[in-house]
Amino acid sequence: MKKKMQDSTLKGWLYLLPAIVFLGFFMVYPLIDVLIYSFEEGYNFASQTYFGTGTYNYSYILHDPYFLQAVKNTLILVAVTVPLSTGIALLISVGLNSITALRSLLQTIYFLPYVTNTLAVGLVFMILFKKTAYSDGLVNLLINWFGGSSVDFIEGPYWAKMFVLCFYTIWIVMPFKILILTSALASINQDYYHAARVDGTSKFRIFRRITLPMIAPMIFYLIITGFIGAFKAYSDAVALFGTDLNAAEMNTIVGYVYDMLYGDSGGYPSYASAAAVILFVIVLTITCINLLISKKKIH
Amino acid sequence: MEVILQNLTKKFPGRGKKKQDEVTAVNDFNFNIPDGSLIGLLGPSGCGKSTTLHLISGLLTPTSGKIFFGEDDVTGLPPENRGIGLVFQNYALYPHLTVKQNILFPLENRKGKDRLSKQEMLSKAQEAARMVQIDGLMERRPGELSGGQQQRVAIARALVKMPKVLLLDEPLSNLDARLRLQTREEIRRIQQETGITTIFVTHDQEEAMSISDLIVVMKDGVVQQTGKPQEVYDDPLNLFVAKFLGNPQINVFQGNVKGEKLYIGKDAVLDIRDILGKDAGTEVPGITEKEVCVGVRPEGFVPDADGPFRCSLRGVEVMGRDISVVSENPAALSPAIRAVINSEHMSEIGSTEVRFSLLPNKVFLFDKDTEERIGFRGTQTEAVKK
Repeated sequence: MKKKMQDSTLKGWLYLLPAIVFLGFFMVYPLIDVLIYSFEEGYNFASQTYFGTGTYNYSYILHDPYFLQAVKNTLILVAVTVPLSTGIALLISVGLNSITALRSLLQTIYFLPYVTNTLAVGLVFMILFKKTAYSDGLVNLLINWFGGSSVDFIEGPYWAKMFVLCFYTIWIVMPFKILILTSALASINQDYYHAARVDGTSKFRIFRRITLPMIAPMIFYLIITGFIGAFKAYSDAVALFGTDLNAAEMNTIVGYVYDMLYGDSGGYPSYASAAAVILFVIVLTITCINLLISKKKIH
Repeated sequence: MEVILQNLTKKFPGRGKKKQDEVTAVNDFNFNIPDGSLIGLLGPSGCGKSTTLHLISGLLTPTSGKIFFGEDDVTGLPPENRGIGLVFQNYALYPHLTVKQNILFPLENRKGKDRLSKQEMLSKAQEAARMVQIDGLMERRPGELSGGQQQRVAIARALVKMPKVLLLDEPLSNLDARLRLQTREEIRRIQQETGITTIFVTHDQEEAMSISDLIVVMKDGVVQQTGKPQEVYDDPLNLFVAKFLGNPQINVFQGNVKGEKLYIGKDAVLDIRDILGKDAGTEVPGITEKEVCVGVRPEGFVPDADGPFRCSLRGVEVMGRDISVVSENPAALSPAIRAVINSEHMSEIGSTEVRFSLLPNKVFLFDKDTEERIGFRGTQTEAVKK
């Protein structure tokens, strides 16, 4: 009996081996390596040498205005897009769930951004927002039509660029959230609603006391993945503002890491590592806080 | 509160767009439910009993027909304005709320002058919980309760707002056999204590017969027969009702009426007059010289060494107080005949052949084609014909 148990344990490990090797080689080892690099000053890939060890890398990037700008951008992006996109997705899902006509068509339309290429979407946003020699962009046309003056959303003031980035991010993450939430809503047993109706529960109260608690686990899943996704934002900013994000004041933390490695100011793996570690710590902390809250709030 | 159903009909649109795909779930249902009674809606699955219940609750609106609660026509009223309590088959307790919060839920919905103070709500909830004997479980969540306890919470939640009519959808089907027995008595007790008109749906004839004041037997959306359980059992309108009520099921044979005798196979088992009553017999049109279906209740067999009805014995099942004699007869429409007899008669059963005499009041004759009962008395029950 005992031998059999050992056999099956062994077998289990054998099955896990490919994944463990793969993850260890491409995930765990690089993670540790990054942590080590981040404490080695002036590490050089080519010569595999460094000047010394210490916290200098951290102190450098924490004083680097580009890095601080990237942190600020990322934090704004997270703070604006995660609650807004989740909230709007929830509204749309509830709306979709309560109609019968046109539901499939609308579901498809809402899902389109998910299957559309990021750069193609970026192009569309250019048309919407970019000022060219010939036009001020579609949005500016609207603003003009309402009597406002044109704003340069791509190369103009910081808030305008931030608005476009947030708008874009919300739009691009929404389909997935709507998909998850509509299926969560559809899986709620209709008898709960029947019971509530018989008891004369108002629509708002049904939503607050029945629907929300029932789909709370899904909402928290979306918030947690939303936070992580927003902290890792990079390609969206590139699609909108081009590769020189530092100049555009639109860099994100991941963008900063990338620039430090390969960008115009590239070739600084130690600084990149330190920035990556800081990002890792931020994401880890926020995720832990999220999990703690969700454990308390969700039955 | 008296509940009156008038020509109640519910049709569901079919999958296709054509009219003929329509499904008629309830067809021309007429019934008066007396105030303060317990009614069992009974029928096989798909017979429209749950649809009827949902029509009364207002969750469904009838295609045609009317529903009255007392004097008031409630046909057009939404469920919340009907003053009903509804208990779902799966209880539909809110899993994230405690038992107390679940029971309070209907009270907290009220607005304006109907809204009770916090204290009153709590005492009402306590009262409802005490009624169904779950007042010790108020802080638990539904997931931490057994099926029977959840059922009680669901009933308490339906009762707390003092409904005029209490509706129960298959209230016992999710419980195990012992709990079912206990809970059905409980439902009866609660109904009698509160005096609330109660309608419950079940596919279990025993359940319906044991606690109902009146039962309504349905098939394919059509009411077959209504009446007091015992009367419907003793005087079924057609073969379906006779088969549906009673456990073990009624035994059905092919029979012949010749002269004034009823033959099953070659055995002349009974006098027609004994079955149909003294004043019937040949006067019942078309009863002489006719092939009929004969239904014999399991308790209608009396083992008798000289009995006219001969069957070949297959076995005897001992059930304690009674024994069940399983036998065969070529005229039987089912492979086995089941006779329930008192165990004292055990000795009278031979080894290969068993002979019975039949009790005339346990024998029913049905038309072979229409399956309608021949000589239906309908003395006290009011039969609802198609």
